Amino acid sequence: MYDMKALYQAKSVADAVALRLAHPEAQIIAGGSDVLVQMREGKRAGAELISIQTLDEIRGVSLDPDGTLRIGSLTSFSHITRDSLIQKYINVLGQAVDQVGGPQIRNIGTIGGNTCNGVTSADSASTLHAWDAVVELTGPHGVRRQPIQEFYIRAGVVDIRAGEIQTAILIPKESYENCFGYYIKYAMRSAMDIATLGTSVNVRLSADKKTVERARVAFGVAGPVPLRAVHAEELAAGQPVSLELAERFAQAVKEDINPRDSWRAAKDFRIHIAVESAKRAFIESVKLAGGDL
Amino acid sequence: MSKQVGKNAARVDAYDKVTGRAKYTDDLCDRGALVVKVCRSTIAHGFVKAIDTSAAETVPGVVKVLTCFDVPDIEFPTAGHPWSTDPAHQDVADRKLLNRHVRYYGDDVAAVIAEDEVAAAQALRAIRVEYEELPFVLDAQEAMKDGAPQIHEGCKNNILAHSDVRRGDYETARQEPGLIKVEGWYDTPTVQHCHIENHGCFAYQEAGRVVVVTSTQIPHIVRRVVAQALGLPWGKVRIIKPYIGGGFGNKQDALYEPLCAWCSTQVGGRLVKLECSREETFVSNRVRHAIRTHIISYVRPDGTLAARKLEAFSNQGAYASHGHGVVAKGMNAFPQLYPCPNVECDSWTVYTNRPAAGAMRGYGIPQAMFAGESHIDDICKAIGMSPLEFRRKNLMPVGYVDGFSKNELYSDSFNQCMNKGMELLDYQRKYQEYQNQTGPLRRGVGLAVFWYNTAVWPISLESSSCRMVLNQDGSLQFQTGETEIGQGCDTVYSQMVADAVGIPLSDVHVVSTQDTDVTPFGTGAYASRQTYIGGFSIVQTAQALRERILNIAHEQTRMPAATLDLVDGQIVRKSDGRVLKSLGELATESLYSLEDSQHITAETTAQIKSNAYSFGCSFAEVEVDIPMCKVKLLRLVNVHDCGRLINPALAEAQVHGGMSMAIGYGLSEELKFDPKTGRVLNGNLLDYKLSTFMDHPTLEAAFVENPEPTSPYGTKALGEPPACSPAPAIRNAILNATGVAIDSCPITPHILYRKFREAGLIQE
Repeated sequence: MYDMKALYQAKSVADAVALRLAHPEAQIIAGGSDVLVQMREGKRAGAELISIQTLDEIRGVSLDPDGTLRIGSLTSFSHITRDSLIQKYINVLGQAVDQVGGPQIRNIGTIGGNTCNGVTSADSASTLHAWDAVVELTGPHGVRRQPIQEFYIRAGVVDIRAGEIQTAILIPKESYENCFGYYIKYAMRSAMDIATLGTSVNVRLSADKKTVERARVAFGVAGPVPLRAVHAEELAAGQPVSLELAERFAQAVKEDINPRDSWRAAKDFRIHIAVESAKRAFIESVKLAGGDL
Repeated sequence: MSKQVGKNAARVDAYDKVTGRAKYTDDLCDRGALVVKVCRSTIAHGFVKAIDTSAAETVPGVVKVLTCFDVPDIEFPTAGHPWSTDPAHQDVADRKLLNRHVRYYGDDVAAVIAEDEVAAAQALRAIRVEYEELPFVLDAQEAMKDGAPQIHEGCKNNILAHSDVRRGDYETARQEPGLIKVEGWYDTPTVQHCHIENHGCFAYQEAGRVVVVTSTQIPHIVRRVVAQALGLPWGKVRIIKPYIGGGFGNKQDALYEPLCAWCSTQVGGRLVKLECSREETFVSNRVRHAIRTHIISYVRPDGTLAARKLEAFSNQGAYASHGHGVVAKGMNAFPQLYPCPNVECDSWTVYTNRPAAGAMRGYGIPQAMFAGESHIDDICKAIGMSPLEFRRKNLMPVGYVDGFSKNELYSDSFNQCMNKGMELLDYQRKYQEYQNQTGPLRRGVGLAVFWYNTAVWPISLESSSCRMVLNQDGSLQFQTGETEIGQGCDTVYSQMVADAVGIPLSDVHVVSTQDTDVTPFGTGAYASRQTYIGGFSIVQTAQALRERILNIAHEQTRMPAATLDLVDGQIVRKSDGRVLKSLGELATESLYSLEDSQHITAETTAQIKSNAYSFGCSFAEVEVDIPMCKVKLLRLVNVHDCGRLINPALAEAQVHGGMSMAIGYGLSEELKFDPKTGRVLNGNLLDYKLSTFMDHPTLEAAFVENPEPTSPYGTKALGEPPACSPAPAIRNAILNATGVAIDSCPITPHILYRKFREAGLIQE
């Protein structure tokens, strides 16, 4: 039994926007794997809900005419993992979201919900940051696009404005072309867990596979919101592929990360794991890109 | 002679359970029940000064709000122990239905009774409690210091109990020249049982009595505790126990039955239900005692033991519950497992402001084995002896008799179990191969044994009662006070009944539900006693029933009873094997006889004045990823000598469950406490790291079957033993892999990070 004041069922994106304007205090609910848990805990007790669950227009993965990969916000984790476009262009995202919770959660949890929560530990978040994803929001004034790094304002707070709902996550062609990535979820058990640290690395190698053209790395739980380690990325760009580079790349992530001490894990431990994970994820990404280490 | 015992009979409840037809407590509760929710303290220690319930009472749907100022002034015990008529041996009565003196963060201070859950939850949030806060203490040794917060009046230094063991002369023996001293401190965590069905119950009044239907392991004990807590004659209380979704000892305690029963009495006897959420189950039911153990061993270079000392500090938490029995069991195992002529053992059970610790699978032995078996490998490392050789040299020898319990080791269980485990894991080859590895990934193998004894004699009452009622068709119902809690006792009992009476298994109908109004007295499911204890009363009652049946057969067939037998549901003349009539024909004729109608039943109580050792071991193989501070469990093998297996498939399943529990104990599970407030930080299934399937290797269970001579079926404990030795085996495997001796469990990445840094395996 949930302590729910009202439930408004949106019939279309436009309807959802109208409901948002009519009920500014209401909480959007998609899969419900976070909102209902919070209601049960009493944190959102008595809330009004706007359900967007049935809006098939924002569910699914497709390619826009300009080659942008479009992931509808209501697309579930299990859908993303099994989607052929994801597997072809950004397989690491499918692997990352396949580590969320358990099978049931992955069937109801959506990538839109995962990002709108604004939590640093979300398994999709570090990969989306590492691939320069763009968040598409639809509101009373039309569609607005925003780089994911600007979408995250602070822990638990994202930039969704009055009347808006998130309608898609976009991966630009320039971001995914010839790009290969690897995600390491570091957690205390092998399933049903929240990341102690999430590390997502991707690389684009030169045609001869000898040089790193571009390397990107993002972390979850290394700060209040997911973050990129730009010093490490700059260090690796244009450098010849080598194990020594992997080591230097990994050490350089310390310039940018800022995990905290909490009862879940100590800061020094998280930094240690971040460096080791960055090294391993870099090596795996290079291998996936056809590089030889 | 035996036909069903020893076979893999399908569980008698399998079809109902897998189809969802089996009814559990909540399934049985009428949907119109009022809902009880408990208001919990938000401080770890102090007094409730006042409770403002006015806002809560105005919430629509709220029927009544009750507080610690309303409850009867009665302190009651909760432990699921048989009652003792000797006041000196009775459980400590130290809590009321709701408490003004709150002793842990989450203590029960008020209760809301409402028409539905939402109203109850809204009312809870509207209650305002004013406290007088007191300092609190979470650590047992801190709580023992002078000046520590006083948790229960009159309990000096918070010590609930202390006991000791003295053998020989430790102080003199340790002076012997040439001895090697090995010393260690070992810590085990506060963990929770995490049975799949949370505790819940519902209560109502009928004909002036209180009826409670509850998810419990111990209906007859709960009846007594509810009566004590409410100040009622025991006969005014009736407890019904349907199927339950696991208990593992948490439900070997009166949990919320007394409060639920009392709430019903406060609303005119209306039906009320109280269901614990998972979060409440972590904090406000029972937990396993965290025990810190200090062991000193003086060892000769040849691996013999000269003198040993043990000190164990058991963290009782806020209320006595099972109290000192838990650490005392572990301490008493110490001088038995590795006999040594000069031993000093002391154990203390100490109140702290943690959740109350009670019974949990293994009852002190998983803690004692983690400390004791880790220490044995520390000795082996110190003197350069192989862990296997040291154990062969020092473990309890065949023929050992414990002076107190009179338990005897009849067979060479330890060596036989170790031999089997060794072969399965290829232990010796791997142990050598894994010495002195380098590189980030290293493998190791580890071994640990365990000591366990079945049942509680002679510390407490051991008896078992059984009733059998014959039907017209020759089938029968039987009942015992020992309870099915998922472990499969209904099935193995049915197998025993079939053999003992002489009827097909299909003619045996177990009455699974215990109802204290109709079920023969029995103390319930605990101490791994079911199969052992139940066997006595089943055999005895079956004998009585057979006598009745054969006497009636004599009347009906005119053959002397002594010449008759009951085989497979047929009355047989022994001399020529001729079937004279079926049991069904006999029963029908008897019941409907116009001359002498007989309802054929038997009911007896068996007195059990024995107890049996049940021993075994675990072998683990791990791969340690040193830079990632992670342990991957590659293999885990448990070998048990639990006597003759009644149902090998169920025995194997029982072992798998215990091993699974122990993997979490060894590697991931612990309740964490906020040092600033005393609050449990991770009381939910996300943050409390119960191990998952993905963290398990294929669990391997093996058996050595030495029939136990004291048991009618040659059987002994298997419920708790599987959880006792895997954690130290894993710990010892990590030692073999890395050379790093971990002194606490769970062995999490956080611990490994610190230890690997100290050992220089990780550089910054």
